Amino acid sequence: MNDVFGRLLTFDGIGELIGLPFVQNALIACAVLGLVAGALAPLIVSRGMAFAVHGTAELAFTGGAAALLIGVSVGLGAVAGAVVAGLVFGLLGLRQRERDSVIGVVLAFGLGLGVLMLALYSGRASNKFGLLTGSIVSVDSTNLWVLGIVALLVVGVLAVLYRPLLFASTDPDVALARGVPVRVLSLVFAVLIGLTTALAVPIVGAILVLSVMIAPGAAAARVTASPLLATVLAVVFAEVALLGGTVLSLAPGLPVSGYVATIAFLIYVGCRIVARARRRTA
Amino acid sequence: MAAPTVPATTTGVAPAALSLRGARVSFGERTLWDGLDLDVAPGEFVAVLGPNGSGKTTLMRVLLGLLPLSAGEVKVAGEPPRRGSPSIGYVPQQKALDPDLPLRGRDLVGLGLDGHKLGLGIRGRRARRAKVDAALAAVGGSGYAHAPVGRLSGGEQQRLRVAQALVGDPDVLLCDEPLLSLDLAHQRTVTELIDGRRRSANTAVLFVTHEINPVLPLVDRVLYLVNGRFRVGPPSEVMTSAVLSELYRTRVDVLRVRDRLVVVGADSHGEHCHGEEPVQ
Repeated sequence: MNDVFGRLLTFDGIGELIGLPFVQNALIACAVLGLVAGALAPLIVSRGMAFAVHGTAELAFTGGAAALLIGVSVGLGAVAGAVVAGLVFGLLGLRQRERDSVIGVVLAFGLGLGVLMLALYSGRASNKFGLLTGSIVSVDSTNLWVLGIVALLVVGVLAVLYRPLLFASTDPDVALARGVPVRVLSLVFAVLIGLTTALAVPIVGAILVLSVMIAPGAAAARVTASPLLATVLAVVFAEVALLGGTVLSLAPGLPVSGYVATIAFLIYVGCRIVARARRRTA
Repeated sequence: MAAPTVPATTTGVAPAALSLRGARVSFGERTLWDGLDLDVAPGEFVAVLGPNGSGKTTLMRVLLGLLPLSAGEVKVAGEPPRRGSPSIGYVPQQKALDPDLPLRGRDLVGLGLDGHKLGLGIRGRRARRAKVDAALAAVGGSGYAHAPVGRLSGGEQQRLRVAQALVGDPDVLLCDEPLLSLDLAHQRTVTELIDGRRRSANTAVLFVTHEINPVLPLVDRVLYLVNGRFRVGPPSEVMTSAVLSELYRTRVDVLRVRDRLVVVGADSHGEHCHGEEPVQ
């Protein structure tokens, strides 16, 4: 028991590890991802789209697997898969209840396809594993460029559309009456989610995308109702989980995703405790 | 309450806050209403009544600029309606909100001011804050301005809705069943807020409702829509057995019980259980 724990939390040679180029790349990637995911998270929570993000992540995995099989960049495949998923979810089901079942159906199909394509792929096994659980070595300098450009795009669109998106996400009926194009915005938002998810998949893996796309926003929503403060907190939480998780995973040489998910979860639990304590004293 | 500002006395012909001329809306073969003429003066309170499907919500959509007329002319504050027009404030019916929705009362009100605009709105934040504070104070909502909207009572939420609609200082207030699912005390608060505003700022009010009684003392005129037929006039002229029987093409009795009107024979009138489709 102690051995396992000792292996999970060790800092042997961490100084040298942090200096390695691939680790630096991973840390930069995490910082960028944390910013984008954190900025989107409160809107995702407002729109009740946690399951849609999950579905999008699974289809990013499918896209990545397809890219692996036909021999093109896995990152691009993931982006393509996630954006297609976002559009499908956005077009097919705008009402929440309908959306849930649409996502369930598409997600299962996409995951099945992905598994099949990975089985057909004859290359290195670590590539396969990387798509599901994320891998620190999967981030190289080309990925970093793609990541940077996509992140800039997402943040730029968010900056221009933030107020109508907030209006449409939190108060759709009145937003519609005020002439906000609610339907178009749901599609735009689905694509933003798709792009961000595709960025997250190679780093934390398809399975754990929720821990950076949802958990920071859900945690922030527990402790504040201010949209601005919630966004700032969500970015901070996402950065802490991603950067902290990466650093902690270095010395043990274990998957990043486990550490990221654990930190994100602990932050969420912490925020719930703070919220409860506050309500009791209020 | 809002600071009592004396409405500017208009010399000559005051432009109507809202006007419809020969207005028609039809979807394919089906005509919802045709030849509708209505002028609403500044400060006037007009109740829009009628059964489900008679086109009350469609009228709202036309005025909000979400749906063009099939024929005729419509003007709001002297101009054709357009999406996001600052001349219009909109109060929806109360709806349950997620208690964990990351949105405070003052954010909801602020969205009514500039939620449809692009950009982050970093410039002019001080002026914005002052407007939101004033709107909150006017509805007595300053005390819960920082509370999550989803955790407020239905009555508190509707007060914020009124503030949200009025924060842009509109000429016309469109209210779409704002009293639905509120208890009597809260119904009275909301109607008093709306009435106070139209008296202090001369805002015209178009009030869609299933139930005229909560607003009966305030209503100047009624627009009653039934299956393409309609009648406009003061409640004493429209809310009669003869007129409603003619509109419904069946025997309808209007009884006056103390200060309430009871309508017998017109289905879905005077009942609270029929939710009208929201504006979309």
